[in-house]
Amino acid sequence: MRHFDREIEHLKQLLLRMGAMVEDAINESIRALLERDTDAAQRVLDSDNAIDQMELEIDQHTITLIAMMQPAAVDLRFVAAAMKITPELERVADLAVDVCERAIELNREPPLKPLLDIPRLARIAQDMVRQSLDAFVRRDAALAREVIARDDEVDLLTEQSFRELLTYMLEDSRNISRAIRLTFIGKYFERMADGATNICEMVVYLAEGKVIKHQHESD
Amino acid sequence: MIDVRNFNFFYGEHQVLHGINLEIPDRQVTALIGPSGCGKSTFLRSINRMNDIIPGTRGEGLIAINGENVYAPSVDVVSLRRRVGMVFQKSNPFPKSIYENVAYGLRIGGMTDKRRIDATVERSLRRAAIWDEVKDRLNSSALALSGGQQQRLCIARALAVDPDILLMDEPASALDPIATQKIEELVYELKSNYTIVIVTHNMQQAARVSDRTAFFMLGKLVEYDVTKTIFMTPKEKLTEDYITGRFG
Repeated sequence: MRHFDREIEHLKQLLLRMGAMVEDAINESIRALLERDTDAAQRVLDSDNAIDQMELEIDQHTITLIAMMQPAAVDLRFVAAAMKITPELERVADLAVDVCERAIELNREPPLKPLLDIPRLARIAQDMVRQSLDAFVRRDAALAREVIARDDEVDLLTEQSFRELLTYMLEDSRNISRAIRLTFIGKYFERMADGATNICEMVVYLAEGKVIKHQHESD
Repeated sequence: MIDVRNFNFFYGEHQVLHGINLEIPDRQVTALIGPSGCGKSTFLRSINRMNDIIPGTRGEGLIAINGENVYAPSVDVVSLRRRVGMVFQKSNPFPKSIYENVAYGLRIGGMTDKRRIDATVERSLRRAAIWDEVKDRLNSSALALSGGQQQRLCIARALAVDPDILLMDEPASALDPIATQKIEELVYELKSNYTIVIVTHNMQQAARVSDRTAFFMLGKLVEYDVTKTIFMTPKEKLTEDYITGRFG
């Protein structure tokens, strides 16, 4: 293996480690919400700093790689993808923290209603993040496109959940604070899915050298 | 460690190196970079006194290898050059067989046991990452090898006499990108056993292969630091201007 390939492999491993930490954070945030588990929420809040540090470490590594190794072609696209994927992952972790903060607030009051759409939304978002990382590791543009296609489903569920919560707010103003917190949570998961979509766009760029961001591929 | 203190060098009356101070650590790659005529090659050749063969030259100050001044009158230059091997820009194999190119230095050094010579030739060729390409034709002429192979053969020849230090003067500048990459990989591998000092005109090469980089200009050492720092956050404006291609 070339010295350079070892460096690239190391970068990949760092990203995967960060990805695993972020997946854990999403998982715990869903548990905090659905099982009303405030301890789980607190754990996510506590682990966020480690993810931030990971972002800094990967940044440092990618910049060093560019300075020392002058990557070209697919290697350059890999390093560029890594630089763009890292902040997406960090943002997803921040959103998990946001979910947990709202969950902690919600857990202080009785539940507003049984949660239906938000858990589905959360699972899809979680799935998309995991698959986006799989696609990145395997440089699998087909999988990346599948993940991107799921974003519409997420948008629909977010909208649906919002409409339902609105009826609770209209019904009784004492529901408003909890309904708004749940609306926020729906939005946080929707943004996690957006993060996964952005990662997948970088995977297509990595695998095919094609920019699909801000354009419809069918055009 | 190679310890350089206040080293000056003259071609006749003309001073080409001015007060060089640096410490070159063991088992790392140290790159010397700088524009043409900056003194980097002269400095490299001062380490094993290769400049001695040019009449009218003289060095002042200290270059010490493991505490021993290489310019001390008691130093045996032949044994110094055995400990400090050199590889040049243009590969220069002897017009002999591949085997003889590597065995030659061993015989000169007094080795006579055929089996020991065979073993050392093989080990040197392996270390220079050329064994697999030449093992079936050790008796063919070295001159029939490609440029990159000849250069690796010259590295094997330098390694055969078991040096501690390897000086490389633009070892890849005459080679195509693939052969260059092989030499760079080899340098990276060799540093676990040897201290390597390499002169290169190719800044990217310095960034890729070296642990430390010394930037020379007009016979002075402008900046010397870990390579990462030189290429990412150099302290001197001159260094920054040179490595970003603003002059040179």
